Amino acid sequence: MNAYLSVWRLRFINGMQYRAAAYAGMATQLFFGLVFIMIFVAFYQHSTQEQPISLKDVISYTWLQQIFLAFIMLWFRDNEIFQLITGGNIAYELCRPCGIYEFWFSKLLAQRVSSAALRCFPILIVAFLLPRPYRLQLPPSLTAGLLFVVSLLLGLLVVVSISMLIYISVFWTMSPVGSTLLIAVAGEFFAGLVIPVPLMPAWLQQIANALPFRWTADFPFRVYSGQIPQAEALWGILIQLLWLAALVGFGRWSLHRALRQVVVQGG
Amino acid sequence: MITLQGISKSFRVAKRSAGMRQAMKALFVREHAIVDALRDISFTIKEGEIVGYIGPNGAGKSTTIKVMSGIMVPDRGSCSIMGYTPWQERRAYVGNIGVVFGQRSQLWWDVPVIDSFELLRDIYKIPHRSYAGNLDLLTETLGLGSLLQTPVRQLSLGQRMRCEIAASLLHGPKILFLDEPTIGLDAISKIAVRQFIKTINKEKGVTVILTTHDMSDIEALADRILMIGNGTLLYDGNLDELRGRFGTHRTVTVDYRANATPLDIPGASLLSWSPERAVLSVDTEQVLMALVIARLSEQVELVDVAIETKPVDELIVELYKEHRI
Repeated sequence: MNAYLSVWRLRFINGMQYRAAAYAGMATQLFFGLVFIMIFVAFYQHSTQEQPISLKDVISYTWLQQIFLAFIMLWFRDNEIFQLITGGNIAYELCRPCGIYEFWFSKLLAQRVSSAALRCFPILIVAFLLPRPYRLQLPPSLTAGLLFVVSLLLGLLVVVSISMLIYISVFWTMSPVGSTLLIAVAGEFFAGLVIPVPLMPAWLQQIANALPFRWTADFPFRVYSGQIPQAEALWGILIQLLWLAALVGFGRWSLHRALRQVVVQGG
Repeated sequence: MITLQGISKSFRVAKRSAGMRQAMKALFVREHAIVDALRDISFTIKEGEIVGYIGPNGAGKSTTIKVMSGIMVPDRGSCSIMGYTPWQERRAYVGNIGVVFGQRSQLWWDVPVIDSFELLRDIYKIPHRSYAGNLDLLTETLGLGSLLQTPVRQLSLGQRMRCEIAASLLHGPKILFLDEPTIGLDAISKIAVRQFIKTINKEKGVTVILTTHDMSDIEALADRILMIGNGTLLYDGNLDELRGRFGTHRTVTVDYRANATPLDIPGASLLSWSPERAVLSVDTEQVLMALVIARLSEQVELVDVAIETKPVDELIVELYKEHRI
């Protein structure tokens, strides 16, 4: 088996062990999903203006956020990699005949996928069975559904490539706290996880559009409900690919630089 | 097989003294000290050798291992191992070496050992047949048997270390770097590990470089010693030579039937004396041991005689002293 596939597999198996965390996560995510939707329902009932996104779409948006939380959250972190760098175990990673970037990328990907695999199906079922207006709607067409899957997976890759930069920064900062917090707070806001991007004021939307974060969550979730039409979705997927290439390129370059001057901590 | 030429490496270390004032000051001005970890290290190691690499803590042993295994880039100097420059052709090179860092772990903590091994098989692209062969050999010689199915977190240190060593050898490397492989092990595990190192050196011709603070490791294994202190190579030779240099003194402990008069042996100095036992120090370059024993038996009724050479540990301490490190 390919080395990267193999580490993916092992990390996946490892991640599937944490059942208690998965149950707790499911309960929390259902709770938050319902609370957010209640707020939006109240907001839509009392607003006099026409909103740029319909309540039905915002509800799908909110549920998808909760269901695929593990795909989009930037605070999701692998302490093992941090310890590897700050504790010096990276010495072992460096004497393997494979690329560190790809190796860690596979690990992080597996961690998110295993976490999502444990949680997404039960929440998905519950969200489909809830009474209106809380119910999650099906996508309007099969094409929209397919485009959603493609854009969600590309978004996942973009998230992992952003989080790779957090890990790489630890080579210089020696502590993951600052960079995780900074990128997580800013990134999640601009990904539309606090307020959906269409509900932001125009100037803020422009900033969000210029950053990669929106393409990881906001974009696929709006493709799902058809709020972003299909032609526009295809362009969006192209932009996702460009971001992915840029982030991976930059990540590999900075990792290469970090390793040139690596100091294995702790003797 | 391994040639190092003028390898140097220095680190920048942030420094400040204890206390609040110093800590506040360090917010604005950081002082750095340059520490020379390695200064102009050169040596050659031939195929099939077992080399013990020794030196006090912080002498630069681990740094040398890291340079040789392609993890660290030295500031100056050249290094050629099996035709590769480790830090330049890292990915092609590391498939030929195995590394064990005694203080670190390469096994996945939460899963059975065998899962980590299979991951390594895929990483090193080991063909299935040679993987099975190597695994069998390692399981047998290191006594892994039932350990393979156990999660790593439930293994004892000695069991884990045996698994770590096995993990570093699955891909059949030509060179094995061991950085303190016996640290914290009990006597049985230590002997098992040493025996194993000897076996793979003899049977598979693996070149072994090991660092250790345990001189009995060196005594049991190494044909050759490299000693480093303050980043400089101080000694390169075998253990017997070292013994010859410092080790002409013997300690003789004698038990005898009660005797009231203190012993007086020409050529030997008395270290301690009681009516039943005496400890003498003899320099074998000055006086023959046979003569000392003969005189002893003239003066007292000997019950028991024990002659000890100076322990290797003390030889090393003297060597460190000689070089003021």
